[in-house]
Amino acid sequence: MMKIKSVKWVSLLLVAALFVIAGCGNNNTGNAGGGNTAGESTDSAAVAKIKERGKLLVGVKYDTRLFGLKDPASGNVEGFDIDISKAIAKHILGDENAIELKEVTSKTRIPMLNNGEIDMVVATMTITEERKKEVDFSDVYFQAGQSLLVKKGSPITGLESVTKDTKILGSKGATSIKNIKEKVPGITVLEFDNYQDAFAALKAGQGDALTTDDAILYGMASQDEGYEVVGEPFTDEPYGIAIQKGNTDVVQAVNDTLTELKANGEYDAIYTKWIGKAPAK
Amino acid sequence: MDFSILTNYFDLYLRGFWGTLLSSVLALIGSFVIGTVIAVFRITTIKALRWFGTGYVEFIRNIPLLLVVCIFYYGPSAIGFTLDGFKAGTIGLAVYTSAFIAEAIRAGIMAVPKGQMEASRSSGLSYVQAMVHIILPQAIKLVIPPLGNQFINLIKNSSVLTLVAGFDLMYFADSISTETYRTFDTYIFVAVFYLVLTVPLSYGVRVWERRLQSKY
Repeated sequence: MMKIKSVKWVSLLLVAALFVIAGCGNNNTGNAGGGNTAGESTDSAAVAKIKERGKLLVGVKYDTRLFGLKDPASGNVEGFDIDISKAIAKHILGDENAIELKEVTSKTRIPMLNNGEIDMVVATMTITEERKKEVDFSDVYFQAGQSLLVKKGSPITGLESVTKDTKILGSKGATSIKNIKEKVPGITVLEFDNYQDAFAALKAGQGDALTTDDAILYGMASQDEGYEVVGEPFTDEPYGIAIQKGNTDVVQAVNDTLTELKANGEYDAIYTKWIGKAPAK
Repeated sequence: MDFSILTNYFDLYLRGFWGTLLSSVLALIGSFVIGTVIAVFRITTIKALRWFGTGYVEFIRNIPLLLVVCIFYYGPSAIGFTLDGFKAGTIGLAVYTSAFIAEAIRAGIMAVPKGQMEASRSSGLSYVQAMVHIILPQAIKLVIPPLGNQFINLIKNSSVLTLVAGFDLMYFADSISTETYRTFDTYIFVAVFYLVLTVPLSYGVRVWERRLQSKY
């Protein structure tokens, strides 16, 4: 009997200890959040700084097909975002090769920008109110929207043919999952750690359609001919170029570049080169 | 500590808890049965079975659990059927754990003095009868502590179901944390749910051990 009692006490202690640890952890995360400072720079002569340096530092993705992907064979990073960055370098410095690319991920891009490691982020970044508190955004440089990727010949031809019984695949934490649950209440969504796993599950017949931004879906469809993007996008995901808060002259330079590209038809050319069709007007 | 997470998402926690519990119970039974069979294979005098047993243990034991589960999740489509995340995860878990259980049971059988088998055979029992009635009951008693370890590991390992969308505790915890952004608090409650499963199990194993010891 003594032994049973001691077991009980040890278990109780363990659980109590856990709660204490939980309390500590909570405080820590609170502090980390509060200590986050964004955009301390008051120097609006940021363009002059870039000109003095002689090259533009741009944060791009290295793992996103069609937008920013490092070719393992040549070591070159290529994609829509890179072509846009080069055009900006040409506008500011007069040379599209006066550019240094740095790899960013969704997690690192804002900290790197605010540390001054990069001048701007051109990395499939959706303009949101939350992010606007941290950084400044250029005009929309790519209009993405949530869509569906299915196996060719699938009965699903767009959001209207998705029913409660359709099995949808997605990535954990993505807003796209929340969106589809709102559009089709009661639907089953299988969530995976990343889009590669979700795509593998689609290929293995574990679901009927994969949903996220069409920009990412087009990249997957270009990897495997047996799959296609169907229907019209059913949400609005405007991608913007992020710039450290306060560097209004850089924002202006980027916006001028975008206007110029759109006026002389170069934007359409870059768009068609990567996405495979002209942008919707 | 934010208890509102627990109350607001209690239905999700509970769904995950049942998923983990059901998967663990099924995998536990499955791994025990497969493990025992493989252990016997490994010590029989029939060469082909021995090779099969050794190959099974060495293959399964030496690859990560995640891979075993992925094989059952992504693999079947190549031959024309699919297993959903829960089934693939549970089967993978049972297969993976069975390799360790087979080794534990084999060690137990080896620890039973050789004379026991010889005596049984000379009393007219067949090899299988001797195994089932004489050797295994003695071996089980020896292997309860290592088996208890394996079963506790199995419950914790069931969190691998998350990665194939198997609707277990961790899967729902991930959903809750991405919705609340309170990652740490969310996972602390998960830890408590796992303890609710594992602490009684480890206590039960100890009781079972004591009871068997007094029996012989």
